[in-house]
Amino acid sequence: MAGTGLFLCFFLVIHLLGNLQLLLPAAEAKEQFNWYSHLLAGNMLIKIISWVLLISIIAHAVYALLLAAKTKKANGTKYVYDKRNEVSPWNSRNMGLLGTVILIFLVIHLKDFWYVADFTTMALDKQGYKDMYSVVVLTFHQWWYVLIYEISFIALGFHLLHGFFSAARTLGLYHPKYVKIVRYTGWLYTAFITGGFMLIPIVVYFNN
Amino acid sequence: MKIYLKIWRQDSPATPGAMKNYELDDVSQDMSFLEMMDLLNESLIQKSQRVVEFDHDCREGICGQCGMMINGRAHGPLTHTTTCQLHMRSFKDGDTIYIEPFRAAAFPIVRDLKVDRKAFDNIIQAGGFISASTGQTPEANGILISHAIAEAAFDAAACIGCGACVATCKNSSADLFTSAKITQLALLPQGKVERTERVIAMVDQMDAEGFGHCTNTEACEVECPQEISVLHIARMNYEYNKALIISH
Repeated sequence: MAGTGLFLCFFLVIHLLGNLQLLLPAAEAKEQFNWYSHLLAGNMLIKIISWVLLISIIAHAVYALLLAAKTKKANGTKYVYDKRNEVSPWNSRNMGLLGTVILIFLVIHLKDFWYVADFTTMALDKQGYKDMYSVVVLTFHQWWYVLIYEISFIALGFHLLHGFFSAARTLGLYHPKYVKIVRYTGWLYTAFITGGFMLIPIVVYFNN
Repeated sequence: MKIYLKIWRQDSPATPGAMKNYELDDVSQDMSFLEMMDLLNESLIQKSQRVVEFDHDCREGICGQCGMMINGRAHGPLTHTTTCQLHMRSFKDGDTIYIEPFRAAAFPIVRDLKVDRKAFDNIIQAGGFISASTGQTPEANGILISHAIAEAAFDAAACIGCGACVATCKNSSADLFTSAKITQLALLPQGKVERTERVIAMVDQMDAEGFGHCTNTEACEVECPQEISVLHIARMNYEYNKALIISH
């Protein structure tokens, strides 16, 4: 969980940095974003990374299911009266639920952008690149679509808030000083990723 | 004060159990939780009924024998407390208290609130020791250990093996217990020699006993009577990952 999780954490940073181009003024954003999409689509290295990414997502989910099965077996008889939730944060106990929300989101997300970009014929922009920017703008013009994104990113935020530091612990980071640094870094990281991804659909919705 | 109790009664490991209702008058606020249980058992004896069985020994919070799920929390509503150190002043007149055994597949119920924690012993037997014969007690300053290391090892050694960490864990993981033992020995020069074999043997035994996986919810540290830090779990992971790389 830690290895694949941290790789996915790293990927999110790259993904967000690329997406921040959507916040530029419309004309500039269109030119930049289409150029960037074209750059990624044609790069062999990106192809390899995208396969590693897909495998990581599947491995992360499959291992989570295996752990859930182990937990079910280890728990035995359920408590009749259970107040154990008072002593741990809600998100740390519901990583599976949050992960499921993220997985459903990923299916929608990949269908609407990755599938459209790679497997359908698209209009070209002035530079002769596939016009991904217009696809993004049109998609984010539906308020309910923006809402799905916002809800998914909230789930992602809570997932990262626990996942980031938990991964470090699983890998064996035990020194109190660095544990504290990783906790703070986790908070900052989560705020940056969640805030960034939540901002983009809203800005695109109101700007165009 | 008057207390209403709902207690898990189960005759044997194989028979199904159920919650049974009891009422107790004249419970004093100064009673410990176990004294309240004694009062209940006396009343059951007088009615010629089978008493509620529960584990207890020192009744001063240091042996780790007692342990119950009280109102859905391991060792009751207070943090860092054993069941025997919980007192009835934590409850009000007319309260209903749910009492259940510590539940986990690796802790089979013997009877009522009594569970078999042999799985913990098996983990210790898998490697929680130093195998060299040390002969007579050596001179105290023969091996120098810094104060900080000695204190850190002692903090880990303070674990009394009560099982609250397993009971409160959503995954029924024994990581806090096992990691405390591993850290204690890995910190000291005598234990360092076998640290690689030890961590693998103990972690494997922990899995074989049917405990779950740690997902770092940190609930165990909150309920632990000895305030064993969850960072021991991280250290165990460090020791384990390292052992996987360097062991044969």
